[in-house]
Formats: sequence, C-alpha cells, structure tokens
Amino acid sequence: MTERNYLTADYTLRSWFFTTDHKRIAILYFASLTMFFFIGGAAATAMRIELATPQADLVSDDIYNRLFTMHGIIMVWFFLIPSIPNTLGNFIVPLMIGARDLAFPRLNLLSWYVFMLGGSVTLFAILAGGIDTGWTFYTPFSTLYSNSYVMVAAAGVFIAGFSSILTGLNFIVTIHRLRAPGLTWYRLPLFIWSLYATSVILVLATPVLAITLVLIAVERFFGVGFFDPRIGGDPLLFQHLFWFYSHPAVYIMILPGMGVINELISCFSRKQVFGYKFVAWASLAIAALGFLVWGHHMFVTGQSLLASLVFSFMSFVVAVPSAIKVFNWTATLHKGSLRFDAPMLYALAFIGLFTIGGLTGLFLACLAFDVHATDTYFVVAHFHYIMVGGMVTAYFGGLHYWWPKITGRLYSEYWARAAAILIFLGFNLTFFPQFVLGAEGMPRRYHVYPPEFQVWNVLSSGGATILAAAYLLPLFYLGYSVFFGARAPANPWDAPGLEWQTSSPPPEHNFDVQPVVTRAPYQYSRKFEAQPQNA
Amino acid sequence: MTQSRPSLPLVAAWLGLLGLLALTVTMAYVPLGAANAVVAIGIGITKAALVAAIFMELRHRDALTLLFAGAGLFWLGILLWLGLMDFLTRT
Ligand code: HEM
Ligand SMILES: [Cu+2]
Repeated sequence: MTERNYLTADYTLRSWFFTTDHKRIAILYFASLTMFFFIGGAAATAMRIELATPQADLVSDDIYNRLFTMHGIIMVWFFLIPSIPNTLGNFIVPLMIGARDLAFPRLNLLSWYVFMLGGSVTLFAILAGGIDTGWTFYTPFSTLYSNSYVMVAAAGVFIAGFSSILTGLNFIVTIHRLRAPGLTWYRLPLFIWSLYATSVILVLATPVLAITLVLIAVERFFGVGFFDPRIGGDPLLFQHLFWFYSHPAVYIMILPGMGVINELISCFSRKQVFGYKFVAWASLAIAALGFLVWGHHMFVTGQSLLASLVFSFMSFVVAVPSAIKVFNWTATLHKGSLRFDAPMLYALAFIGLFTIGGLTGLFLACLAFDVHATDTYFVVAHFHYIMVGGMVTAYFGGLHYWWPKITGRLYSEYWARAAAILIFLGFNLTFFPQFVLGAEGMPRRYHVYPPEFQVWNVLSSGGATILAAAYLLPLFYLGYSVFFGARAPANPWDAPGLEWQTSSPPPEHNFDVQPVVTRAPYQYSRKFEAQPQNA
Repeated sequence: MTQSRPSLPLVAAWLGLLGLLALTVTMAYVPLGAANAVVAIGIGITKAALVAAIFMELRHRDALTLLFAGAGLFWLGILLWLGLMDFLTRT
C-alpha cells in the first residue's frame, strides 16, 4: 500500500477541481501553464520559420501581426506572470514557512478559475480571428484603427488580472500571518522575500492595467476622449498608463526567478547566501523603484525631455539592486562545495543570461542609444534574455529542484543535464544574433527584411529549433519519472529548508508535527551538511 | 469573527455620498473658471475618504493595514506625479 499523501488522498476528479489544497492547485496551474507555454511557443515557431527567409513565404502581413500579438499576450499574461508564483510559489510557500496552507485556500482556488476564464476568453479571441495590436494594445491600433478582436482579448487579460490580484493578496497575508513559530522575517528563505515583493507589485500595479483596458472600451464604445486628441484625449496617456503597469510587471516576471536562484545557488554550493539582508531588501527595492522608470519605453514618443531624463536616470538606479543580487550570488559560489546537478546548471545559466539582459537594458536606458535601438531586434533580444534566459530558466531550475518534493519521484539526471545544456545553447543561438540584427537596424514586428539580414536570421531560427526541442525534452523525462521514476526521499538534495523536512510528496496538511524554527536559512556545517531550520 | 456592526454609520456615509454627489452636480453649473476643477477634485477626495474610512472600515484597522492602504494612495501619487511631469513640461 502506498503511503497517504496529498496525491493519494483522493483520486476523484471532484477532489481535484474543488480542492483547496495549495499543492493540488499548484498542479492545476502547472498543467494549464504548460498548455499556454506550448501555445505561445507554437506562435513563436511559426514566426521563426517565416523569418528564415527575407521574403514572405509562410504567412501574410495580417497573420504575422496576429502571430506576434498572440505570442506576446499568451506568454506574458498566461505564462510568465503566473509561472513561478502560481506553480512553485503555490506549492512551496506554505511548506517553506511551516504552514498548513495559504491564508485563503478558497480564494486560491478561485484565482485558478478566474485565470482559466481569462485564458479561455483570450483563446476565443485568438480563434475567432486574432488580435493585431501587439501585446502592448497601443492606441490608436486598439481604438481608432482596430480591425480585430481587441476588446475580447483585452477582456481576457482584464479577467486574468483579478487572478493575479487574488494570488498577490493571498501571499502577502500568508507571509505576514502564517509563519511557523520562530520564523522571523530575517529567517525567511529569500524565495519568500522575492515572492513577497512580487505580490506587492501584483496588488499595486494590476488594477492600473485593468483600468487602462476599461478606458479603451469606454473610448471606443462611448466616444469619451481619453487617448484620441480629436475628442480631447492625450495620445501618450495610454502608454503612460500601460507602462505604469507593465514595467513593474516585468519585475513580476523576474523577481520570483531571482528568488528561486537563491535557493539553488545556496543548496548546490553548500553555503549560506552571501549578504542575505542585502538580497532580501534588494527585492523590495526593485519592487518599489520599478514603479519609477516606466517612461523609458517612451523616449521617442514625444514625451517631454525632462521626463525622459528623469526616467533614464531612474532606470540606472533600478539596476543597482539587481546588480547587488548578481554579485552576491557570485560571492556565494566563491569557496563553496559546488555540485553541478541539473538545477544548478539552470541557476548558473540564469546568472549569465540575466546579466546580459540587464546590462543591455542599461544600454537602452541611455537616451542617445535608445533612439537608434528602440523598436529594433536589440530590444527583442534584451527582454528575451531576461524573460526567457532569466525567468524561464529559473522556472525550469526550480521545477527540477522541487520535482522530487512535488511528485515524490526522481527524474533522470542524465537527461535533465542534457536538457539544461541544450536550452542554454539553443537560447543563445536564438537570441544573440538578434542583438546584432538590432544593432544593424532591423526593426521588430516585420516579416520581410532586406537580404543582408538573412544570415543572422537563419542562425536565430536554427537556434530556435534547438531551443524548442530542448523545451520538449522535460515533458518526456519528467513525465516518465512520475510513473517509473525511483521514489524520492524526503530530502534528496540535503537542503536545510522546512519544505525538505517533511515527506515527499508531503501529507495533505504538510507537516505531521508543527515545525518550530530555530535558525537562519541556508545553514551548512563545516562538512557541508545541511542544518535544518527546525532542528 | 462576525460581530454585528451598527448600520447607522453606513447609512450616514451613504447619505453623505449622495449629498456630495448632488454638490458635485450643482457646482458643475456654477461658473467658477479654473476653480471648478479644484472644487470637483476636492469633493472627489472627500468621497474617497468617506469610502475608505467607513465602507472599507479603515478607521477600525491596525497600523499594518493602514500602511498598506496608505501605500496604495502613495502609488497613485507616483502615477500622477511622474505622469504629470511629462504633460506639464512637454514642448
Ligand atoms: C536592469 C534593469 C532594466 C533596464 C534598465 C531595462 C531597460 C529597458 C528599456 C530602456 C527598454 C525600452 C527599449 C525600447 O523600447 O526602446 C526596455 C524594454 C523592455 N524590457 Fe527592459 N530593462 C530592464 C530589465 C528588464 C526586465 C527585468 C525585464 C523582464 C523581466 C524587461 C523586459 C523588457 C521588455 C518586455 C521590454 C520591451 C517591451 C516592448 O516594447 O514590447 N526588462 N527595457
Ligand atoms: Cu521597462
């Protein structure tokens, strides 16, 4: 007989779709996000095939517009924003802080339903004919000149926003109220600090996006002038409001990844994270400062020079806390007892790729440089280095790290390392050429281009093929492990966090005995043995 | 958890909001030039304060909750401040 745990407790469909167990909800999210990831990926694949040649061969202009819009909308709102928070965060946060569940378990389930409703509405918009505004919904594409299913897609994003707010709220309250006895703020693992910072952004920024989308609807359907200058609107107001949400949102898409990296780097160096308090506060600093830089997306729009200068300066400031983290991770590696298991390979890849993404962000924050680079492939490469090279890599790293805890099974280390290495190579081959293309002036969002750009585009499309195959690999060996993998012990990596002190997979209520925390996180003995937080 | 609260403050706040609404509408027809906007915004802030204090029950809450509510307001301030910085200094 198998031991009773959260997976074996009940096998009915009802027990899944009406569950309030944070671990099962994490799995519902995991399945949904995997689906969205592959839908968004399919659009990317179609674009890369089209871009392999300078002429238009696969799709028309209109279809190409719809492809990149669908890719952006799905990847941003239906994969990246919920990715780590709603899957790994949902699963691990209560375990890490020694709680039985999140503060509001039913709200947690509601957030999944709301998310799925938003996702279905958006998918409907795509199937009904698509959207051609780009993921940014810029006016007047989305208002005056709209000729696609803009409002339906906007409604989908609007609905999904409530799921973000519910999750953010749930995490904030949980982290304030449900920490185990002895688990003071400075004893919290850094993953928790980063999710806390993420949640603050989710709660403060998402309503602004919601209102902005509503304003589009009001302008379109009732002719009230918000954005259209002919009826009294301001043509830049949309971009201000949109980026007031969306720049902080890019930090929603990277902070949880940074949080995961702390856990991985520390465990596989067998060392405490260097400068714990700096890293913890850097997360909150990023969350706060991230609200002060949005105008760097508007340098060439006719925004006032003073505003551009201030936003440019603040963009340099916001890079400081990110840099602190990168330096501290590197210092953590120093003199550690390094192990190169698959999660660590992802973590190391993250550090390098995130650094390239962040530094090129600083290039773009320079007014004079940005005039040349804006709306070119340089920008595309910049944000993919962070969002894919950074966040998606961290997501995979965290998934491998906590997989034994989540499923109670061990995966094939050989295949896991192979996938990690292939992802790293495929990623760089796909996106590094795009920096070159951008520097040479190839604009983004076009599907025909002068023949001299073809070499770099072919390299990029070739890399994308490798990357796509590498992203498919885990589906097989992780899937295989669920049925045929060896049983995982409670603490396969010998890590000190509370989540490893309960069985794998955890029982329904996480801990048989309420853990009491007695020491800081990330403690290892001289012989590199983990010192559990509750021993 | 569920303690019954006197509904008097709620009713009073609601009547107050209706009164302020009437005031907004009336003032909109009194020609004050630029001062019209000031008056309208002033009334708007009063309404928001009523909602926050009474309907959202912030007047009964502890410091942490007030801090979060204040943060929401502060963030709105950032949006207006940096947003206006563009509008007011555009050439
Ligand atoms: C080190 C901090 C960062 C700086 C200084 C920075 C700077 C910039 C600048 C100036 C642009 C505008 C370029 C243009 O359109 O001309 C930009 C675009 C972008 N950045 Fe960053 N960035 C940073 C970090 C990030 C992070 C962490 C993410 C995501 C997780 C991100 C995602 C994006 C996206 C999605 C765009 C393009 C949006 C679009 O136009 O579609 N950036 N960045
Ligand atoms: Cu930005």
